[in-house]
Amino acid sequence: MAAVTIEQAFEQAVAAKRRALVPFLMSGFPTRQGFSEALKEAATLADVIEVGVPFSDPLADGPVIQAAAAQALKQGTTLAQTLNDVAGLKAPPIVLMLSINQVLSGGAQNFASRIKAAGVAGAIVPDLPLEESGSLRSEFEAQGLTLLSMLAPTTAPQRMKTIAASAKGFLYLISSAGVTGTRETFPPETLAYVRRVKQLSRAPVCVGFGISKPEHVKQLADADGFIVGSALIKAQSQGRSILEVLQPLSQAL
Amino acid sequence: MTATHAGRFGVFGGRYVPETLMSNMIALEAAFDDARRDAAFQAEVATTLAHFVGRPTPLYHAQRLSAAWGGQVYLKREDLTHTGAHKINNAVGQALLAKRMGKRRIVAETGAGQHGVATAAACARLGLECIVYMGALDCERQRPNVERMRLLGATVHPCEGGSRNLKIAINEAIRDWIANPDSTHYLIGSVVGPHPYPLMVREFQRVIGDEARQQFTRVAPRPDAVIACVGGGSNAMGLFAGFIEDAAVELHGVEAGGSGDATAATLNHGRPGVLHGALSYLLQDAEGQILNTHSVAAGLDYPGVGPEHSFLKDSGRARYHVVGDQEALAAFKELCALEGILPAIESSHALAFARRILADRQGLRVIVNLSGRGDKDLPGLLAKGLV
Ligand SMILES: Cc1ncc(COP(=O)(O)O)c(C=O)c1O
Repeated sequence: MAAVTIEQAFEQAVAAKRRALVPFLMSGFPTRQGFSEALKEAATLADVIEVGVPFSDPLADGPVIQAAAAQALKQGTTLAQTLNDVAGLKAPPIVLMLSINQVLSGGAQNFASRIKAAGVAGAIVPDLPLEESGSLRSEFEAQGLTLLSMLAPTTAPQRMKTIAASAKGFLYLISSAGVTGTRETFPPETLAYVRRVKQLSRAPVCVGFGISKPEHVKQLADADGFIVGSALIKAQSQGRSILEVLQPLSQAL
Repeated sequence: MTATHAGRFGVFGGRYVPETLMSNMIALEAAFDDARRDAAFQAEVATTLAHFVGRPTPLYHAQRLSAAWGGQVYLKREDLTHTGAHKINNAVGQALLAKRMGKRRIVAETGAGQHGVATAAACARLGLECIVYMGALDCERQRPNVERMRLLGATVHPCEGGSRNLKIAINEAIRDWIANPDSTHYLIGSVVGPHPYPLMVREFQRVIGDEARQQFTRVAPRPDAVIACVGGGSNAMGLFAGFIEDAAVELHGVEAGGSGDATAATLNHGRPGVLHGALSYLLQDAEGQILNTHSVAAGLDYPGVGPEHSFLKDSGRARYHVVGDQEALAAFKELCALEGILPAIESSHALAFARRILADRQGLRVIVNLSGRGDKDLPGLLAKGLV
């Protein structure tokens, strides 16, 4: 069992007057060993950790995460291996990121009980929009797991209200249209969008897609947390420690 | 016609897309609903099909082939359309819809290159920007079509990864759309993808079946069976649409068996899963990873299939068969020699199955969808010594 829930993790960050840091790591990348080490490093600064279970055809990912997934798959990374490798970690809470086909492949109920048994707190399924999520949501609720929701800048106002109102754990805000990958800066509209969503959501609002440096944290200061993925994967593929990216971000929080 | 509730054909279909695309999906569904009911739009499509595409296409009685195979074979001549395959029916329909929606930029995927060429032609005619994603392997084996697309003003992006074929091209087209949701329409080339694509593409292709049914009445009230190859399944759904309500007509879909262990026969060898936005049969491993495929026919070389075909398979209304590379190549040569018609290697899979069913059941009257012409295949097949 994860000792800390997603809600508690955010409460702790709020109590410490900090925004939350949510690193994304790819299971099995750059190697199984390398992933386990990165997980330990991330745990020293993270409030929640997102772990990608590599998929053959990730539609919402840019070249950096695509390449990491392909490499992890080539090395035989599976859901079972991922669950085994994250099971030892007591804190912070872990959420998986994967495709709906990986969830449905062995059956949604089976998936929910397996991740629960490994102590995982929940999952993000980017290709499962609200309309299609009913049965997985109830499966998760039955097991005490959190299915996280996403919002995009293209989401229409009424739909944004519906999604924000029902969000559990934290609400994942896609910063801008496009696949994952780093962005240089964020325009003022992105901050306005963060503010709008914050008014609608009871769950903490975290921004992802393109976050890599302290400036971004300053530009989007109203968010409750920041998700950083491609920048970490890039560091790993260059043989650098993910802490080189995480430490400056953490200090800006 | 098959019932559709919330974009489902039975349990299959749906809309599994990243949130960034949801607005576009909802807007597209509304725009298509609206256009369908608009007589002026329908008239514009009909005029375009008549004067740009060259419809109706003939239903041709292949007499020497019939004599050789022991039945009556009628070919629905989609190979005679402008740009040389049924893909143009859908491309002109969606391009007109995109223009009506105010989209100025079109992205498309292509396997055999026929959908890319059709889309490039439709865009050139309407003055729309056109970007085509195509697997690097397919760029090599369908080179004439790459050159045609460029001449028609399209930008062609070769895609690496996986089997370097159609699946990767669709991945890249979807990623482009995610990055450009406001300006762009994704003009998908088959009855695959999230709702409303499977329904919309079928409706743009049903002209094949509607014409064929009408044309066949000069021979008899109905054929015994209709046969089409199935990649994503658009030429098959288009043909089936004209006959599905007549239970006396058998519907046969033909998948690509490839050679050796590698196959693209999704309905025969897959199990249900989600790829490219829809729940349908899928070639996947135990972990839900999508398998690599192989077929000599680039247009059939895809691990997924349209959700309506999954529904028709499970309901038993249609049956799906497997034809491998060699059997398709033999049918390809036979049509050339006996009828003076050079078929697409995709369509040759349907022909090969017609030969098989007539060998079992002499005297059957069948319509085979000759979905395209084979000019695009010649350089690749000749270079490999396959024809
Ligand atoms: C001539 C031809 N036939 C058939 C196909 C397969 O597509 P579908 O199954 O959607 O008809 C293609 C695809 O490229 C094609 O070019």
